[in-house]
Amino acid sequence: NYLQRPGEGALKNVTLIPGVGIGPEITNSVRTVFEALHVPIKFDVLDNFNFENDDSKKQLRKNECILLGVMTEKNQKYTDNYKFYKYLDLYANITFAFSFEGITQRHHNTDIVVIRENTEGEYSGVEHEVYPGVVESIKVTTKQASLRIAEYAFEFAHLSGRKKVTAVHKANIMKLVDGLFLQACREVAQRYSFIKYEEMIIDNCCMQLVKNPTQFDVMVMPNLYGSIVQNVVAGITGGVGMAAGASIGKDHALFSQGCRHTGRDIAGKNVVNPSAMLVSSTLLLRHLGLPNFADQICRAVQHTIQDKNIKTKDIGGNATTDQFTSEVIKSLGR
Amino acid sequence: MNIIRKASTTILRPQFNYQKVILFPGDGIGPEISKAVIDIFDSAKVPIEWEFHEIHKKRVTEQGDLITEETLKQVKALKYALKGPFETPIGKGYRSINVTLRKRLQLFANVRPCKSIKGVKTPYPGVDVVTIRENTEGEYSGLEHEVVPGVVENLKIVSYNACQNIAQYAFEYARANNRKQVVACHKAGVMKQGDGLFLKVCDDVAKNYPEIEFSEEQIDTMAFKLANDPTKIDVMVMPNLYGDIVSDLCAGLIGGLGLTASGNIGKDCEVYEAVHGTAPDIAGKNLANPTALLLSGIMMLKAMRLNDYANRIENATYQVLEEGKFLTGDLGGKSTTTDYTKAIIDKL
Ligand SMILES: Nc1ncnc2c1ncn2[C@@H]1O[C@H](COP(=O)(O)OP(=O)(O)OP(=O)(O)O)[C@@H](O)[C@H]1O
Ligand SMILES: Nc1ncnc2c1ncn2[C@@H]1O[C@H](COP(=O)(O)OP(=O)(O)OP(=O)(O)O)[C@@H](O)[C@H]1O
Ligand SMILES: [Mg+2]
Ligand SMILES: [Mg+2]
Repeated sequence: NYLQRPGEGALKNVTLIPGVGIGPEITNSVRTVFEALHVPIKFDVLDNFNFENDDSKKQLRKNECILLGVMTEKNQKYTDNYKFYKYLDLYANITFAFSFEGITQRHHNTDIVVIRENTEGEYSGVEHEVYPGVVESIKVTTKQASLRIAEYAFEFAHLSGRKKVTAVHKANIMKLVDGLFLQACREVAQRYSFIKYEEMIIDNCCMQLVKNPTQFDVMVMPNLYGSIVQNVVAGITGGVGMAAGASIGKDHALFSQGCRHTGRDIAGKNVVNPSAMLVSSTLLLRHLGLPNFADQICRAVQHTIQDKNIKTKDIGGNATTDQFTSEVIKSLGR
Repeated sequence: MNIIRKASTTILRPQFNYQKVILFPGDGIGPEISKAVIDIFDSAKVPIEWEFHEIHKKRVTEQGDLITEETLKQVKALKYALKGPFETPIGKGYRSINVTLRKRLQLFANVRPCKSIKGVKTPYPGVDVVTIRENTEGEYSGLEHEVVPGVVENLKIVSYNACQNIAQYAFEYARANNRKQVVACHKAGVMKQGDGLFLKVCDDVAKNYPEIEFSEEQIDTMAFKLANDPTKIDVMVMPNLYGDIVSDLCAGLIGGLGLTASGNIGKDCEVYEAVHGTAPDIAGKNLANPTALLLSGIMMLKAMRLNDYANRIENATYQVLEEGKFLTGDLGGKSTTTDYTKAIIDKL
């Protein structure tokens, strides 16, 4: 049981940005389920959110928590989620990937948490043409950012009863930048002597992930490797439609799918798998001290897939997004 | 080395149409697996003649290379070389053998085909992918510095010329090997100029190969697809770091580095190699699995347009692996290197 402080049942405001691609469908699924459960959350919906617009940006700072579908600026081919991370300093990105029985997946008994530095590295955006036909892109690594992500990873491992943290790097080639990152991880590891600490080179790590993923527990790494590894761990378990995630900083927390894709190929066709987003929303609920609703939603998703065998196409079924969502609602209260 | 020397004397045939090829047998299990390749090629009557060269344990050139000028010259002259695994000596004052070969011979492309082997159980049946990796620049240019204490930078270099070379090679490879699709992997959403340039060059080069279907994918999405369902993927071309990661990931899909071939391609010459280690724990015990070096040799034969020999040896190898009666220990079998080699020879 969770004993609330008096008044904790009052309505809480959470910002909701449906965004583009599959964003509206997966966030709708969350809204319907929350309504069915009478979750004490009021969504401030920003339908036309835009970083060019100062009003929009002000609204973004208003609430601590944000639920995000997928963000892409107008006329952009690729996602623009990074703007949120930079603006709100959401420096830790977390992706959960675990085997879920009852669906098609490549590996079983896997339970991995990927913690990714979310604000610098290859994503620092400093680039120039030094000479016609020769471009330099700068990867920036700082001691401060490396320390705080390492800190977050070990703190997470500690608080969630995890046994091991693996730092992923390419310090044999990028001796300085990845060397600095490793140094930070080692420093923090020393303070957590009860958690096992390992290091692994990124290329070997990806090979190990597809061969023998049960060896991994919590993983921590710089931005770009994180982007790749998140997708690999999703790939070996239930896919990107099952992997939940969030991005967290000191003042704000943003909840979205664990692998951030627009999914234009399936958007608007009522075939999207809302599971990842639903599970991400339960991370939000726990973050706000509403664990009972979180438990109910997790159990309902599990019951729908495992017991009722109702699944979307990506995990080997033929249910539509709407059918899946209403089955989850029917399974609530278990 | 003894077994190698002995083996080599038996295959020196003074025929003018025999092409000379360089062999670096390697350390640890290198000599044993090299001998297996020599024996198999010999039984298949492959019209090549091996020329043995050494890689040293100490620097032998001004620049600190472990390989002599004469050998480097000879690789260029003969065009094709096959290389076993080498121990990397620990210490300073020399360059790693791979860096030397890549830099001095300008081997700009690394090619790694990965094909599921029936008989080797993995969660990924039906894989048949090729990673083509830019091998000379990108994040591996070695340009790094500390800007202020606690802030370091690494420069990723992308040049038009290198992109042009690798893109062209990828499509030529696809054409020569009868492949249908090439996909360029990038992160041009983040590295708009660097990866953007790579992508643009691939796009332009693709226009000269209308028979090959060209597409692009972000590297993270590609990683997802490879780990989830790699069966629809064909040839992939990408910058250095992504290629490093993806080629190992693909090796993992088919069962590891012991089963993957690798080729390093330059304008003047090509070096094929087993990318696994020297396995000192089993060296000299007749337990090593020679498949990676053998498949690399087969890849070399295809590049030399000796396709009939290549296909015959390849089929025999796959048959032996599929039947599973003569597998080495790493694949869960009990056979020795020589038993496995003989089984392949019997199938030829
Ligand atoms: N510093 C920057 N300057 C400009 N554009 C940037 C910068 N950093 C990232 N980008 C943008 O990054 C986007 C891709 O990163 P995105 O925000 O989609 O990360 P993500 O999708 O959440 O992470 P990933 O795809 O790596 O998992 C592109 O749309 C690109 O415009
Ligand atoms: N919730 C989901 N359910 C099912 N499939 C999903 C889901 N989310 C993403 N996908 C799938 O993941 C794959 C990768 O997504 P997508 O093609 O959008 O990536 P991308 O274009 O490389 O990334 P970006 O998001 O930066 O545009 C697509 O096939 C997409 O359909
Ligand atoms: Mg993305
Ligand atoms: Mg896409």
